[in-house]
Amino acid sequence: MPSDSVTSSSLAAKAKEALATVDARPGVSKPDPILIADHVTRRFGGLTAVNVEHVEIQRGAITALIGPNGAGKTTFFNLITGFDDADEGKWTFNGRQVSGMAPYRLARIGMVRTFQLTKALSRMTVIDNMRLGAKHQTGERFFAAIFPFLWNSQEKKIDQKSMGLLERFNLHEKVADFAGSLSGGQRKLLEMARALMAEPELIMLDEPMAGVNPALKQSLLGHIKSMREEGTTVLFVEHDMDMVHDISDWVIVMAQGSVIAEGPPDAVMKDQAVIDAYLGAHHDAQLTESGQALTEDGS
Amino acid sequence: MDWSFVLTQTLTQAIGIQAIIYCLAAIGLNVQFGYTGLLNFGQVAFVAAGSYAVGVIVLTFDLSLWLAILVGIVVATIIALLLGIPTLRLRADYLAIVTIAFSELVRLTVRSIAFKDVLGGAQGLNGKIGQDFHDTNPLPADFQSLPVLSWTRQDLWVVIVGWIVVALFTLLVWLLVRSPWGRIVKGIREDENAVVSLGKNVFAYKMQALILGGVIGAFGGIVWAIAKQSVQPDTFRPEFTFFAYTILLLGGAARVFGPIVGAILFWIVLAGTGEFLGQAIQAGWIDFLQPTDVGNIRFVLMGSGLIALMVFRPQGIFGDRRELALDAK
Ligand SMILES: Nc1ncnc2c1ncn2[C@@H]1O[C@H](COP(=O)(O)OP(=O)(O)OP(=O)(O)O)[C@@H](O)[C@H]1O
Ligand SMILES: [Mg+2]
Repeated sequence: MPSDSVTSSSLAAKAKEALATVDARPGVSKPDPILIADHVTRRFGGLTAVNVEHVEIQRGAITALIGPNGAGKTTFFNLITGFDDADEGKWTFNGRQVSGMAPYRLARIGMVRTFQLTKALSRMTVIDNMRLGAKHQTGERFFAAIFPFLWNSQEKKIDQKSMGLLERFNLHEKVADFAGSLSGGQRKLLEMARALMAEPELIMLDEPMAGVNPALKQSLLGHIKSMREEGTTVLFVEHDMDMVHDISDWVIVMAQGSVIAEGPPDAVMKDQAVIDAYLGAHHDAQLTESGQALTEDGS
Repeated sequence: MDWSFVLTQTLTQAIGIQAIIYCLAAIGLNVQFGYTGLLNFGQVAFVAAGSYAVGVIVLTFDLSLWLAILVGIVVATIIALLLGIPTLRLRADYLAIVTIAFSELVRLTVRSIAFKDVLGGAQGLNGKIGQDFHDTNPLPADFQSLPVLSWTRQDLWVVIVGWIVVALFTLLVWLLVRSPWGRIVKGIREDENAVVSLGKNVFAYKMQALILGGVIGAFGGIVWAIAKQSVQPDTFRPEFTFFAYTILLLGGAARVFGPIVGAILFWIVLAGTGEFLGQAIQAGWIDFLQPTDVGNIRFVLMGSGLIALMVFRPQGIFGDRRELALDAK
């Protein structure tokens, strides 16, 4: 439906426009946040892995969460999605207080994540992995499961939806294969497609590009943009600065557990605090390859 | 050497009452371990619950056997909740430790002198426990015996109904594992966080699998009490659980017919070697063994066979080797 896509892509444009007026400083408030986190802290023994004072994620936008290795990005994801317990902190999702909520319930209300170490279920087929993602399945209830006629028609609809997504992610020829026989990059794709089966409002991707070849990367970028066009809010962790630069509407930078910078991609990548965090202080370089980055100057 | 005796005895035991009891215990383990990945090392506690429910309700309280079966199901469910609530949120090994300890705790409690009035102490409960069931026997009163299989009229009726119960539970498992419910538990077996991330209440599914497997195990105990008209505390030792696991692995875990094939094979090997060795010693073929050694030797042979199976065919008789290979990522 063309009229639909026009309104939704204008949604994305609106999100972008809204962010254009937002100041580029850590913890800044956004016009329409889907997620607001306050004082989120996680300590491992003496190490404070996450210590985020305040952060907001704009609805309908693509937000990148970047930072050097060990900055606490994955831990922050784990805390927000309920897979790890925060020592302190509160956060709301869609205005609803959700800190301390069980991770499966968070997923049900629309906050779905993927994992840095891919969790494709390798002893199940690709299509079964996809089916598992679908919500509200009658056949998942014990007594209904015994009577296939109660859930057969729903299963058919789930299969159609799965096939559509698998085609989009170029996995449609692997439908009947065990997920364990897929390559590492294909598993990343499968995990992302499976997360979409759960119809997230906010999808949180932990390094979606890791191990994906450059050609596939381009199409993945397309997929992530199309998620935004369909109204899904995207928050992703990534080390590939070109990708971050390409697709994100907003970038949040973490270092040593805290948010040290925020802003549109261009501004953030020129930010001295960010460059220092990545490359060590007093270093003169840019972070993207397009800006002749990461190589020593004067070579 | 009486070969026909060895064969008929072996066949009778291979599809006899013991095979049915172990088969039911193994079907329960298949739901828990085979499909869901729950390590229940105390399946014998659920079997004991079934047996004692029947013994206590019928003998101690003089109530109906049909009520006793219902009580057996309820008690098995309560045990599963008791064991599952504290452990199923933790790592898999906690359930294993708690269940094996619990099963010994159950045995030592039921045989203790403190509850002798109700549970019968070390002597157990003996009497007309299964009478309500045996009264329904439709076989002719002058029934002697089948051509090859040497069951009494009473045992044959237990065997017939027992295999029907096995068939019904097998059908139930078959229906479940090919449904979306089965998809979830198989996902949990592999990586429960992946399943959680898709919005499924993993704890509830593990609990359901633990209860279902326990209730099926309890039916093994119910059959036992009815068939033997007696409940003996010391038959519920941890070995029982390990034999049930042997059966499951023989037939192939996570295969619907695995427990049936496994149970029959287990008893063919166990009874076959026992009868053969007994006859061979009698005939003077073997002179380095005494008839009293036979019981132990057959378990040595069974153990060696299981080791050979794990080396050469780790997926069991029915399993699919490709699935195992996929585990190594
Ligand atoms: N379970 C844990 N126990 C102890 N320390 C941990 C644990 N998980 C993470 N950490 C520590 O917390 C810090 C943040 O780790 P985290 O995985 O969140 O980093 P990250 O930003 O995702 O890094 P990367 O980009 O390399 O994935 C690290 O110093 C790490 O060693
Ligand atoms: Mg990480």
